[in-house]
Amino acid sequence: MSTQLTINGKSHQVDLPDEVPLLWVLRDEIGLTGTKFGCGVAACGACTVHIDGEAVRSCQVPLSDVWGDVTTIEGLGTPDAMAVIQEAWVEHQVAQCGYCQSGQIMQAAALLAETPNPTDAEIDDAMQGNLCRCGTYPRIRAAIHTAAGKMKES
Amino acid sequence: MASLGKIARRTFLIGSAAIVGGVAFGAYYVTRPAPNPLKPAEGEAALNPFVLIDQQGVTLFAPRAEMGQGVRTTWAALIAEELDVDPDAVRILHGPAATAYYNTALVGDALPGKGYDKSDFMHGVAETLGVFGKVMGMQVTGGSTSMIDGFERMRAAGASARETLKEAAAQRLGVDRQSLRTANGKVMAPDGAEIAYGDLAVAAAALDPIETELRPATEWRLLGKSQPRVDMVGKTTGTAEFGIDVRLDGMKFASVRMSPRHGGMIRFDASQATGMPGVEKVIDLGTGVAVVANNTWIAMQALDAIDVEWDEAPYPPETDQIFAEIASAFDSGPNSTMRDDGDATKTPEGATELRAEYRVPYLAHATMEPMNATALYSGTRLDIWSGNQAPVFTARHCADAVGLEVEAVDVHTTYLGGGFGRRGEVDFAVLAARVAREMPDTPVQVTWSREEDMQHDFYRPAAIGRFRGAVQDGKAVLLDGDIAAQSCSQQVMGRWLGAPAVGPDKITVDGAFNAPYAIPNFRIRGYLAELAVPVGFWRSVGPSVNGFLLDSFVDEMAHAAGRDPLDFRLQMARAEWEPAAACLETVRDMSGWTGKTPDGVGRGVGFTYSFGTPVAQVIEVVDEDGTIRINKAWIACDLGIVLDRSIVEAQMIGGMNYGLSAACYGEITFSDGEVEQLNFPDYDAIRMHTAPVTEVAILENKAYISGAGEPGTPPSMPALGNALFDLTGTRARDLPLNKHFDLLI
Ligand code: FES
Ligand code: FES
Repeated sequence: MSTQLTINGKSHQVDLPDEVPLLWVLRDEIGLTGTKFGCGVAACGACTVHIDGEAVRSCQVPLSDVWGDVTTIEGLGTPDAMAVIQEAWVEHQVAQCGYCQSGQIMQAAALLAETPNPTDAEIDDAMQGNLCRCGTYPRIRAAIHTAAGKMKES
Repeated sequence: MASLGKIARRTFLIGSAAIVGGVAFGAYYVTRPAPNPLKPAEGEAALNPFVLIDQQGVTLFAPRAEMGQGVRTTWAALIAEELDVDPDAVRILHGPAATAYYNTALVGDALPGKGYDKSDFMHGVAETLGVFGKVMGMQVTGGSTSMIDGFERMRAAGASARETLKEAAAQRLGVDRQSLRTANGKVMAPDGAEIAYGDLAVAAAALDPIETELRPATEWRLLGKSQPRVDMVGKTTGTAEFGIDVRLDGMKFASVRMSPRHGGMIRFDASQATGMPGVEKVIDLGTGVAVVANNTWIAMQALDAIDVEWDEAPYPPETDQIFAEIASAFDSGPNSTMRDDGDATKTPEGATELRAEYRVPYLAHATMEPMNATALYSGTRLDIWSGNQAPVFTARHCADAVGLEVEAVDVHTTYLGGGFGRRGEVDFAVLAARVAREMPDTPVQVTWSREEDMQHDFYRPAAIGRFRGAVQDGKAVLLDGDIAAQSCSQQVMGRWLGAPAVGPDKITVDGAFNAPYAIPNFRIRGYLAELAVPVGFWRSVGPSVNGFLLDSFVDEMAHAAGRDPLDFRLQMARAEWEPAAACLETVRDMSGWTGKTPDGVGRGVGFTYSFGTPVAQVIEVVDEDGTIRINKAWIACDLGIVLDRSIVEAQMIGGMNYGLSAACYGEITFSDGEVEQLNFPDYDAIRMHTAPVTEVAILENKAYISGAGEPGTPPSMPALGNALFDLTGTRARDLPLNKHFDLLI
């Protein structure tokens, strides 16, 4: 039952049953705890990661179905070298408790990759699966717009 | 020890102590029966400082739970303001569980009294009770109290540390202390010589701490300005450590399944579970089961494979039976009459009378991070890692659960993935301790599934409000309210202290009896329902109930009086308390309130006073082809003194969205004794596309500082209900509103 995964550019050999969701492989096996567990039923988006650049709910992807390279929040940027979108998040002081924010940022990063200059309606569409119980939505929206502007400049 | 009385109304003293290579400063209470915690007696280790200076630099302690309200940032800024250090250049730690970190303001706020009219006498009583609270070890984060509690004490701790370091420098340089200045963690002499605090720490430890006046607000560098949150980069890069992220060598992953009826377990059969790959142990917890595995998901799957027979619930099994029980509380005498102005027994001659009954449901906290804790038990010691709002209670209850003395327990408090009151409970830590006891020397993380979390909450109590009002000549002349609910404070105190609180229960009527409205005949009575449904503190507590009950009824009164609802409230507020009126005026002007809206648009106003903070909100809803969307919101609040505008704004918007989530979709119901809602699809919340565009005004008119974490929640619910009435003409007298309206989801 050994499965080979590429996560944040690094290769990992995982010995867990095929049906274990990617979320729990990342958190409990690899030790990448930036990706969060919120609901386990695709209803909150806290577990969002990228597979081949596409935003997916890692709680819904069994280990054996991981079809490409995985990027988690840790792979997007680090405290010393944040991605542009993370800088925008800090600039707008978005996080409150912060628990949903890894998922929000991964979802927003995928949106910006596809739609570099999203309208408010496009943000609504892309982000409505990501719950924030602290209610940080206005700042998330502002940070997405700022990130879009910064990405265009660079 | 410096002399007392330099700062008026001061109830604390500054203590200092030598530590290895440096000095520690703390603030502790004069009336504390225990000695200076910084100078423990022989054999005691009770060093609980707020400031620690050594060769490594300056460390500040913010022993309050960081759950997104920015408390670490602002608490550190209070100390740094006086200490003259740059918040970027210091370490900020939560510190250990310690009674020296207890919260006076929380207990003070549990007293009867409207709050906004608190006299010096009441403050005195609050302090006395504060001592009581400390004796019981209430290091609790809640009640929007952190800034009230820390505002003077932390600045005084910082100021005393600064002056004592200056004195050490003065002695070394042979100059007068007054000639020295401080900045960026250094003492500076007139001749340009500089000495870093770290180099003075050992010498400072030999001096008595010096007490000094606090700087006036006009000299503040940090306070009053928005500081970058100290936790922001960590929370943006996935590197901030929440309870669920704790990783220890050799750690196992576990989950629990407890009775969905909050009662006992008759029997269970785990034969299907024990053989599952990855499962290491099944533990009988008496009222439920735990599975320990090599992966959390595997533990949860194994729990699902266990066949369990649960005993009955200790409360009526169906929601309507529970509400009947709550209603029957009206038949017994009132537990409290906290407001009784004029004579509310009669309706004034010639006035128009109206009556209405309102209901609100039980609510779950649904913190984004499900309940969890990590424990390591060695037979003689227990370590607990968790995001929690009450570390001292956590330590005590975990010690009891595994049969150790409390001194043998260390609680490590991480970031909280949402608290909202839920993490002031100790149940999740106690379960982890009990599981760990069965796995000696092995760290175990116990994570609940979302379903387990939602079914095993301490819910916001359901309530029924019965109101009788009268209006005459466009004015309110009578408001008589009876409110029945379970007492969450009695239950919480019972769980924390083993002895339920008794006497008049303020929380059941909080937000109603102390509404800052002048009405000649105004009475509010509370009735307590005796029920065993688990209830607890939910963001804004009593006012989360009474804001909707009272302010919706006030709206009905305004319409019955033929008055503009905002103006009607404004008139009553002006005659009672000017800061309340100013919030209403501000929100009126911000929103361009005219009392009229175009077709397809509705507006409502809501006003509440909670935790010392008056908040007015206007909410606008729009009808879009039959579906109603919350379009805009305006908030005006008065904090007295604003320490960090960005944080307050975030708390006001977040608090409002938390209230709107409950108002639109939130309801916990029971069937066969079990909570029917299991996960977010059954208990949804405001999301990106349903959150209103919001503007916030933060006023500083009132005389005292108050908190921001909760007061944004209560007015949102009536404001939305009132807006929906304005749009549709339908008055919803119960929540959630999606039962009455086609709201956007
Ligand atoms: S944990 Fe995957 S969507 Fe909620
Ligand atoms: S910041 Fe707390 S859930 Fe989003």
